[in-house]
Amino acid sequence: MHDEFHGDLLEVSMGPQHPSTHGVFRMVVTLDGEQIVKLKPVFGYLHRNHEKIAESTSYLGSMPYTDRLDYLCSMSTNWAYALAVEKLSGQAVPDRAQYLRIIMAELTRLVNHSCLVGFLFNDLGTSFTPLLYAFREREKILDLFESLSGSRMMCNYQRFGGCRVDPSPEWLAAARTLVEGFPRFLDEYETMLTGNEIMLARTQGVGRLDPAHAVNAGITGPVLRASGVGYDLRKVDGYGFYPRFDFRVPLGEHGDTYDRYMMRILEMRESVKILQQAFRDLPAGPVMDPKAKLRGFRPKAGEAYGRLEGPKGELGFYLISDGSPNPWRYRVRPPSLINLTLLEEMCLGHTIADAVVILGSIDIVLGEVDR
Amino acid sequence: MSEPAHHTPFPSAGNISDAEREDLRRHGILISSLEELYGWGRSNSIWPLQFGLACCAIEMIAAATARFDIARFGAEIFRPSPRQADLMIVSGTVTKKMAPQVVRLWNQMPEPKYCIAMGACAISGGPFKQGYNVLKGIDRFIPVDIYIPGCPPRPEALLHGLTQLQDKIRAERISGPQAARHLQPDAASEFPVPDFGAHDLQPPSNPNLFTAPVLPRKA
Repeated sequence: MHDEFHGDLLEVSMGPQHPSTHGVFRMVVTLDGEQIVKLKPVFGYLHRNHEKIAESTSYLGSMPYTDRLDYLCSMSTNWAYALAVEKLSGQAVPDRAQYLRIIMAELTRLVNHSCLVGFLFNDLGTSFTPLLYAFREREKILDLFESLSGSRMMCNYQRFGGCRVDPSPEWLAAARTLVEGFPRFLDEYETMLTGNEIMLARTQGVGRLDPAHAVNAGITGPVLRASGVGYDLRKVDGYGFYPRFDFRVPLGEHGDTYDRYMMRILEMRESVKILQQAFRDLPAGPVMDPKAKLRGFRPKAGEAYGRLEGPKGELGFYLISDGSPNPWRYRVRPPSLINLTLLEEMCLGHTIADAVVILGSIDIVLGEVDR
Repeated sequence: MSEPAHHTPFPSAGNISDAEREDLRRHGILISSLEELYGWGRSNSIWPLQFGLACCAIEMIAAATARFDIARFGAEIFRPSPRQADLMIVSGTVTKKMAPQVVRLWNQMPEPKYCIAMGACAISGGPFKQGYNVLKGIDRFIPVDIYIPGCPPRPEALLHGLTQLQDKIRAERISGPQAARHLQPDAASEFPVPDFGAHDLQPPSNPNLFTAPVLPRKA
């Protein structure tokens, strides 16, 4: 005789074709009723050999591939790769290019975070409406990227030793107008979303991440800062000209889904501040170092690791050169993949509907997870 | 029955010329054939499968948002279930791990069904063609109706591809030797799902659908 009821556990395979897995990601979830007792992430459905291809391509030839790594934020991925190669070859970057890089990276952060919040609310069941607002803003920024680089998504804009083209004064004026209007969009967005009762009920206390655990697992980016750990590479490393800028790093308290949502909103507000300062202080001058060599580029033997604070976390490129025109080893440290490692810990004890929301709040892009 | 000219949106109905139809329309009389009505209805209510593979999926979402608004063409109802979908937009790189699932999804879709290969990767492997894990075009396993080049194609390009597909659907016949594929009793609707084998997909392509192009070589 059993004095308690033992039900069967049910194994559910979510994905790789599932509307809420943000791409071709699969979760094998073991359920007790509706509660998650085990979750196994399965990935590799979008493994397209980025690193292997880069090892047989010239340094410059890999730049378009980095666009396709994190396809929502091609500008900052370009920069991370350029940073690693510049470290490897000791290439200097002109001042104007440093400012332009910051402008592009922060515009990318605005695109990524506003779209992420839209996708997160899609997962909460709003069915597309916040995403429509986010994509309205995204289109404006993408128009800027397109007029500058020729492509909406795959910008391929950064080069070793600067940027490819210099924006015109009209471009800068248009970008400045967009940035000035962005806080209004954020206010509108927050009025709709932040105080929403259903949103509060479904995100507060859901998917808590303990700070010590997060640090041990190497979690970075807004997910780590939502747990209250003040680690932002823009402050820690001070790469580029970020030490010249006055901005704050928002920190969360509880490490739950709600804090991760708020991190994105607050970071967008800080990005607007950075952009305003960058437009104010943008110096004149060349955008490319005249001594930079792009074609037939052969750095001397050695290794370098370049990293920056991407919208998703620490994005790093590790390169080993043996003096030949292509890298001997090329390795990407993808923030999405490493942030995904604690998905099971965050989801245990919650319902399967919450797992979708927690996954949405981590912000993964499968191009970067599987590479 | 002659093939419709490219510039006419509707195939001509039997013996009545387009000029006569236009004349009747001015008198308030609309005539149509069942075939036209069927094609018109189907072409304006295509339900795509909500199915994104890679970068192109973001542009597919962008095509559904307010600026491009795929709803103008009646194709805004993205269904997450293949059982409710008419159109599969293969939007992105198909890897060898994903290819069996894509074919399985295609098999689960009910007829009539159509396939758009969106972007260079879905057409041929695109920039990742040299990769060991990348399928060199989804047309090796499922029949593709429309190819949209680009990396990624702009949302406008997807809308253009969709209107091309609509033209194709309107031109389909419901009987006779030129009947649409789904109305032919012996036309294949399901295709063998490849296995993710030790080195490559088994088989590497469907021989009934795909034959490798022969390159002319100089002697």
